[in-house]
Amino acid sequence: MKKRFLLNKIILTLSTLSAIIGLGFLFWILGTLLIKGLATMNLSIFTHDLVDGGIRNLLVGQFVMALIATFFAVPIGVMAGIYLREYSNNGKIAFVIRNLSDIMMSAPSIIIGVFVYAIYIDKVNHFTGWGGVLALAIMMIPIIVSTTDNMLSLVPKELREAGIALGGSKHKIILQIVLKAAKVGLMTGILLSFARIVGETAPLLFTSANSQFFTFNLNDQFPSLTVSIYNLATYPDQESKDLAWAASFVLTAVVLVINLGGRYLTRSKHK
Amino acid sequence: MENKDVMRAEDLCFTYPNAPKPTLKSINLPIEKNKITALIGPSGCGKSTLLRAFNRIHDLYPGLKYEGKILLQNENGNMDNILELKKETDLVKLRQRVGMIFQKPTPFPMSIYDNVAYGLRLAGVSNKDELDGKIEKALQGAAIWNEVKDRLRSSAMGLSGGQQQRLCIARAVALKPDVLLFDEPTSALDPISTGAIEELIAELRSEVSIAIVTHNMQQASRLSDYTAFMYLGDLIEFNKTKKIFTNPSEKMTEDYITGRFG
Repeated sequence: MKKRFLLNKIILTLSTLSAIIGLGFLFWILGTLLIKGLATMNLSIFTHDLVDGGIRNLLVGQFVMALIATFFAVPIGVMAGIYLREYSNNGKIAFVIRNLSDIMMSAPSIIIGVFVYAIYIDKVNHFTGWGGVLALAIMMIPIIVSTTDNMLSLVPKELREAGIALGGSKHKIILQIVLKAAKVGLMTGILLSFARIVGETAPLLFTSANSQFFTFNLNDQFPSLTVSIYNLATYPDQESKDLAWAASFVLTAVVLVINLGGRYLTRSKHK
Repeated sequence: MENKDVMRAEDLCFTYPNAPKPTLKSINLPIEKNKITALIGPSGCGKSTLLRAFNRIHDLYPGLKYEGKILLQNENGNMDNILELKKETDLVKLRQRVGMIFQKPTPFPMSIYDNVAYGLRLAGVSNKDELDGKIEKALQGAAIWNEVKDRLRSSAMGLSGGQQQRLCIARAVALKPDVLLFDEPTSALDPISTGAIEELIAELRSEVSIAIVTHNMQQASRLSDYTAFMYLGDLIEFNKTKKIFTNPSEKMTEDYITGRFG
């Protein structure tokens, strides 16, 4: 009897300690970001470009690349997901695609950056925004595929059958009913994967690289918040370091807000 | 004789993909016009499989095999074999004539109005006034009009289970089908909703021929004109409901309806 109570106490203590250690690091990171970020935060950084000591162009550039990547990745990913769930009948091809997609999802992001560099940047011989877009889109597609696949699997098969029984053809039922039923889940998945790629550095490092100036020209080097943080943090002067902190803080806040938005979407669905 | 049956299965065998043996073994079953035919039997006896063959909803999934015939009366009173249909457009037409109601209510994630309009629009009705009229009539026909007429534009997901099921019936009725197939339509509902649905099915008999799968023996005896008892893929007995429930000719039927097995 005593032994059981003792064991219970030990396990409880150990798991509590682990939780404290894990969360401790998280709050340490957030706390440091908050303190350093707020101390160096200055509203003028939102109205100036990197060349004038601000992050306006970086923020816009980062979002432009991530949005365009989303624009390409979502249709491809969703259609691939529809193929897997609705048309493949879970055959061999589906098995291969699912596994490849899962492997792609866990591929280190720098590998994707190197890949885009090798097949594209190296050929045109200079960094371009499109390269960044391509790398981000490649990162995003497998996430969207797996989200779509999972969300469609949650739609009851009776709903499809009901549509068919009313005289619908398969593609109409998928487009008009199944996707609608899975809409909230899909939106959440897209939002979360956007949050994931918008904070990426490695795929941009040697594709879009960085730019000091405000630009929408994707055929040239393109401003990136994350790459700037990477660069600024390694500069010796305090001003650059401060800007890196402020930028990190902004990036974290943005990603956090998108994540919370996604969670809110999912929660409101279950009400 | 020929014209009494709106549908008829003749020597129908059905095999699921990769199944070693057929699930339905040489079934002969008529669905009489403007009557209710109940299919009863223990779980796994093939009654739902048979029902789902009547509008070929099975064909959504590949690899299955039909043998024999399923006949459906066309406008001229002749019987066509629906197992000969190959093209998707023909299957779509078949399903517009042979509707189906499922065990769980299956409202689409759209407004009440659009739920009923969906099938009509697929069938090519696009005129707003015509749609409005048909939708009102269908909702009235499914005895749900008074409950929803003030909120036609709100989501169908907000209705109760029983209301959702009646909406699904309205959706099917709107297409003016010849046959309606009910696959345990009340097994997910409370007794009061069940009563409402049963009443509705009984009323629908004047417009449409009905086949209903049910686990509820009382429901079969209350509702139906004919009853078919199935067991392990065989049709054991088919007769007037009264006869089946009072004086069945097969020992097995008697054992089942008196609750001795199944």
